[in-house]
Amino acid sequence: MMTVIVAALLFAGVFFFAIGVIGVLRFPDFYSRLHGAGKCDTLASILILVAMALYNISDFSMGSLLVSLKMLAIAAFVFVASPTATHAITEAALVVGVEPWSRKKEDTA
Amino acid sequence: MHDVFLISGMIFVGLILLCLVRVILGPTVLDRILGANVIGTITTILLLLIGFLFENVGMFVDIAIAYALLNFIATLGATKYFLRRKAVHLDKE
Repeated sequence: MMTVIVAALLFAGVFFFAIGVIGVLRFPDFYSRLHGAGKCDTLASILILVAMALYNISDFSMGSLLVSLKMLAIAAFVFVASPTATHAITEAALVVGVEPWSRKKEDTA
Repeated sequence: MHDVFLISGMIFVGLILLCLVRVILGPTVLDRILGANVIGTITTILLLLIGFLFENVGMFVDIAIAYALLNFIATLGATKYFLRRKAVHLDKE
């Protein structure tokens, strides 16, 4: 039972990571690529970290409890840090003046 | 369960290679920083998967924590540097 839950969470995380990477590759301009990277990255890594913490705690001991808590600490850190990094990159792009994509410009070009 | 971890690790290596395409091709410097940030997040996960494959998670989880912190700091530092430089467009303009 636990194995099924862990595998489902893990493959959900792999799926969202694949979506995020495809978004980073395929979106037309910088800001939409930030959308793909920021959101899918956070969700997918938290899913995978929760899956691995569950798998690690399935044979319970104090050592495995400590390791699982460290994994959840990584999840909490990623939950705060990944949007912050995305925000910082967006601010740099706005200040520097990266042009947002629009369909009109695509047609004339 | 070992096979599940192995297959997801192999998928993650493929995703890192796909992200590297964006890092190499990216039209602006900020695209490259973004790609490197995604690669760093995937590497944090991949370190934990390697820990499960070698059945030594207690050591690799500390390395993963250090790598997550380092990835965040490196992204912020590079972004701040190019915020002051104001020379993001290297070509194509």
